[in-house]
Amino acid sequence: MSRQLPIVAVTPFPRAAAGALRDAQLRANLGRATRTIRDKRAAVVAEVPDWDRLRDRAARVKDDVIDRLPELVAQFARAATAAGATVHHAVDAAAANTVVTELVRAQGVDRVVKVKSMATQEIGLNEALAAAGVTAVETDLAELIVQLADDTPSHILVPAIHYNRGQIRELFARRMPGFHADSDDPAVLAGAAREYLRRTFLAARVAICGANFAVAETGSLVVVESEGNGRMCLTLPDTLIAVVGVEKLLPRFADLGDFLRLLPRSSTGERMNPYTSIFTGVTPGDGPRRLHVVLLDNGRRRMAADPVGRAALRCIRCSACLNVCPVYERVGGHAYGSVYPGPIGAILSPQLTGQDAGHNATLPYASTLCGACYDVCPVKIDIPAILVHLRQTGPKPAAERAAMAWLAWTMRDRRRWRAALRTARAGGRPLRVLTRRHGGRLRRAPWPLSAWTAHRDAPLPAAESFRDWWHRTHDS
Amino acid sequence: MRIALFVTCLNDAFFPRVGIATVTVLERLGHTVTFPAGQSCCGQLHANTGYPDPARVLERSTEAAFAGHDVVVSPSGSCVAHLRAHTRLPVHELSELLVDVLAVTDVGARFPHRVTYHPTCHGLRMLRLGDRPRRLLGAVRDLELLDLPEPEQCCGFGGTFALKNAAVSGAMLDDKCAHAVATGADYLAAADSSCLAHIGGGLARRPGAPRPVHYAEILAATGPGTGP
Repeated sequence: MSRQLPIVAVTPFPRAAAGALRDAQLRANLGRATRTIRDKRAAVVAEVPDWDRLRDRAARVKDDVIDRLPELVAQFARAATAAGATVHHAVDAAAANTVVTELVRAQGVDRVVKVKSMATQEIGLNEALAAAGVTAVETDLAELIVQLADDTPSHILVPAIHYNRGQIRELFARRMPGFHADSDDPAVLAGAAREYLRRTFLAARVAICGANFAVAETGSLVVVESEGNGRMCLTLPDTLIAVVGVEKLLPRFADLGDFLRLLPRSSTGERMNPYTSIFTGVTPGDGPRRLHVVLLDNGRRRMAADPVGRAALRCIRCSACLNVCPVYERVGGHAYGSVYPGPIGAILSPQLTGQDAGHNATLPYASTLCGACYDVCPVKIDIPAILVHLRQTGPKPAAERAAMAWLAWTMRDRRRWRAALRTARAGGRPLRVLTRRHGGRLRRAPWPLSAWTAHRDAPLPAAESFRDWWHRTHDS
Repeated sequence: MRIALFVTCLNDAFFPRVGIATVTVLERLGHTVTFPAGQSCCGQLHANTGYPDPARVLERSTEAAFAGHDVVVSPSGSCVAHLRAHTRLPVHELSELLVDVLAVTDVGARFPHRVTYHPTCHGLRMLRLGDRPRRLLGAVRDLELLDLPEPEQCCGFGGTFALKNAAVSGAMLDDKCAHAVATGADYLAAADSSCLAHIGGGLARRPGAPRPVHYAEILAATGPGTGP
């Protein structure tokens, strides 16, 4: 398959971001939505006195999983198989898409229903199914909106966060069969989607889902959702196919407790998740008769071998880091060129694909390293540290490399540094005279400093450096 | 107490008044300040832009310059955070030194102006400076401290982010400036000259906006009607 994976940026982040910034409607939608979720999360997290201990424990459990991936994958496969599931191992996206497509074909259907799943987004499953003549219907309301719009998700949890309700009503009127409401009241829009989806659920024979957690000890899968559409998909059709990234494993069933406390408060700002489905294998007379679990690697084991970057595998896809990120808030998810946007996307996408894929090497620079993401992460992923690590191990422009080497060479020697300061001061003298009326600041500078002066004035080297002042006043 | 000053390369070249203010405050409190001449840059710029080897060279040269000093102070939250993570130097951000080590909040300053304080990201989330700078400012005579809306939001500087992602950086700066203007303050104070160069460069293009000032400059001010 030569098609570009939906986790590869086809445009450098700075260019995509600059484009997104010009969309005033997008910025307004994002600003309002992220602020609302951010405040909700902060309020419910503040209610939990042992929040930090929970985070520490969850991080430790996930690190143990990353340490023992092959062992836990094997344990899960044994337990799930014993409970009646069929387990498949997919080394990459193409392998996973092939397995799922063949499983769907074997059921002789041309239509499947889907529960919201990041793993299937990551591998571009819907497009692969479409190429095989199978229509995949997204049943999560926001995913449905994105699908009806022929758009791509822009947020991990709220994929249609870039739409407002007026835009959604207009979209439903154009694309949803049988839609005839003229209100953009959220309840009316959700009601229309529910009616449309109910018919789809009842006709479906095959469903595809992901999983938030996979318990190695019992072979159980856990799907966490808040609309009930997931429950429909997981229980009504005869055949259920789950695509699960191997990092979703937890060693023991008892580990779930902490994560089910951390996830809803971090993601939707709810104290408890509305629909949590836990299922193990197949049970005659109850739910699907065939359960297939596709365990997906797609770069994860390679990530696990990086001592710094591996912590990104702790991620439970809550998206709290997106909602607090000042960069995400202003440019939205599409600028990241991946179904994993925001701070976590900036460390996940380049690691899953390798930094040489498309323009993924520009993603680790899409951050001021302000640290807001690390503060809210329920599994304590030090995202800024991993961003820096990826910058340090990724490709760099030759001119920048030379400039940085020269700067360090100059700065590490006190005579060279003092000479450089004096040169800068002397060079700045005519500019200080010219800019006197403007407070000694530079309004326009040539490239590459024009990137600075496009948005703010630049300071000039001082008339006397600090060390010259010190020498004059303290060294006599 | 003998206190060694790490002034930072940016202050040395562009904002010597911040280093001078730091010396002024500490000497006024009766301490002896030294300035080890072997210092230049802590390596933060190189490390965060993706150059670990030159960063290590500068971290080591900074460590060597301050070898044997028991107390090191710096008026820059981000440089202190970098040195703390990458060297063994006993380095304090200025407000940590004043409040925690020297146990003073009233440093004898007078600054008859309306001031709003922006807690920079490194001070807020890496050093956890908390309310130390605000407590110091709160003890300055005739200073009126005004709350900045959404104070914990990053200003958009981020080192080379300001150049590599200039458009996003500019959008974040716009919001920070708008919040600063909305306070009606005369000055916007912060604990990092790098963020201040960025915010100040934006404020300079807005008529009637607050002027940027390092909080050390406020702590150094004493005279009637003084301004930095």
